[in-house]
Amino acid sequence: MIELAGVTKRYGRKVVVDDLTFSIRAGCVTGFLGPNGAGKSTTMRMMLGLDRTTSGRILIDGQPYARLKEPLRHVGALLDARAMHGGRSAYQNLRCLALSNDIPLSRVDEVLEQVGLASVAQKRPKGFSLGMGQRLGIAAALLGDPEIVMLDEPVNGLDPEGIHWIRTLMKRLAAEGRTVFVSSHLMSEMALTADHLVVIGRGRLLADTGMREFIDLNSRPSVRIRTPEPEKLRDVLAAAGITATENGTGTFEVADVPTERLGELALEHRVLLHELSPRHASLEEAFIALTGEAAEYRTGTLAAGAAPVVPETSRTES
Amino acid sequence: MSAPVAALRSEWAKLTTVRSTPWTLFAAFAVTVVFGTLISALSNAQFDNLSQQDKLAFDAAGTSFTGGVLGQLAMIAYGVMVIGGEYGTGMIRNSLAAMPRRGIFYFSKLAVATGAALVVGMVTSFVTFFAGQAALGSHSTTIDAHNVLRATLGAGLYMTLMAVFSMGVATMLRSSMLSMGILMPFFFLVTQILASVPGAKKAAHYLPDQAGEAMARVVRNSDVPYGPGGGLVIMLLWVAAAVLGGYLVLRGRDA
Repeated sequence: MIELAGVTKRYGRKVVVDDLTFSIRAGCVTGFLGPNGAGKSTTMRMMLGLDRTTSGRILIDGQPYARLKEPLRHVGALLDARAMHGGRSAYQNLRCLALSNDIPLSRVDEVLEQVGLASVAQKRPKGFSLGMGQRLGIAAALLGDPEIVMLDEPVNGLDPEGIHWIRTLMKRLAAEGRTVFVSSHLMSEMALTADHLVVIGRGRLLADTGMREFIDLNSRPSVRIRTPEPEKLRDVLAAAGITATENGTGTFEVADVPTERLGELALEHRVLLHELSPRHASLEEAFIALTGEAAEYRTGTLAAGAAPVVPETSRTES
Repeated sequence: MSAPVAALRSEWAKLTTVRSTPWTLFAAFAVTVVFGTLISALSNAQFDNLSQQDKLAFDAAGTSFTGGVLGQLAMIAYGVMVIGGEYGTGMIRNSLAAMPRRGIFYFSKLAVATGAALVVGMVTSFVTFFAGQAALGSHSTTIDAHNVLRATLGAGLYMTLMAVFSMGVATMLRSSMLSMGILMPFFFLVTQILASVPGAKKAAHYLPDQAGEAMARVVRNSDVPYGPGGGLVIMLLWVAAAVLGGYLVLRGRDA
């Protein structure tokens, strides 16, 4: 359980994280979404006590991170895959971490086995590929068998096999009852892994909601119609006061009108249809819908008053 | 196990599992001994050419320690790399996430690295003393002569303190490259130049390496306004300032 209350981070005059309040529950994968520069990495660093909060409070299992006695046994984090000493073997890198938290050294072999790096345990990470580095970073995160696992952009630079592996791992960790908090700017990736979403833009909370609800709330349902008689359908829709967008000959996209009503209209006017299908918006579309019109909110579950999201260039996520 | 003990064990493991540690410490040893012995041999050969006054002021022990002027550069490199290894890769974030009490992390690291430097510094100092005396032949002194043991310990301590000073500076600068770029030329050239410029000479006496040199002498340099004890105090003040500065930067800044 991680709780953030009014967390703000300022660098000089620049507000990077603005009054974030949310909590992350155990037993599910919580996706932390936002465009590059939205403040995701800064927020994660503050959770680990690496960056100081300007104001606000972050509690890990009821305590500030710095107060945790052997923090790696509570929280395992992957912030940066390159954050290992290149000249020290993979095994020794993990051994140094294990010793600092009094974690039995047998865990080092276990996690190396678990991430598939056992065969290169004695090799120095200097020569590792990005994917291997990422796996080593995840091994470090799992070292203390923590209840909370925090991963910052874990799929960056991974091949499809590696991405699949991380996805399965995160789901398994959540199924074991752990808190899994994972950031990404890739909506499609989140859609496949996360059960719950925390969305931020320009450091502000835009949404804290379940995946399904998020998509439903932030996308307009639409219906796709295909017909060999486009002229006829166009007239029928116009007469009924329905606006449709035409994508190529004979394919229409209609928003905010139930499928049933469209079917009835077609029958009534004897328009032949080849397809009438409701479309589910993807997370990506929902995300763009939310961040694109971030100023006007429709429901109470969304935080009010946030500005539209524009990727910031002055501070790079690292 | 308590956090400080775990931190010490972790930092010891870090120190002993990178190649830079044996390399820099061995370089500090080898360079000091080789140059100290060479200079001793040269002094022995040239002794008859010295003026009467220089002959009287000849410091046999101090001469054998002059290799430290070069050897200290390897000690500086050691101190910088002990700290720089954390910052070069961003490993500092892993370290601080594992040891969020930064004071424990910092002083554990300094403690184990200082311990290793002290052992190497002392071994270097004694080896270079005996090798240097052998090369000095009839002009040599012995370890039980007046103040010689103190000068030998002083030379070893000086090398150790230079390493600690560099650790503090590297923590303040948070970069190996920057620290090397400042410390190396400073102690290789700048202090030597300052010490020979008449106007700057008085101030230069209070720089760490000049103060340290006084610790390794048996015969006091008449230009310098303090003796070995004063040199040690000045050196310790420099080290304390660097270590404290490093601590304040580490404690205050975002990692």
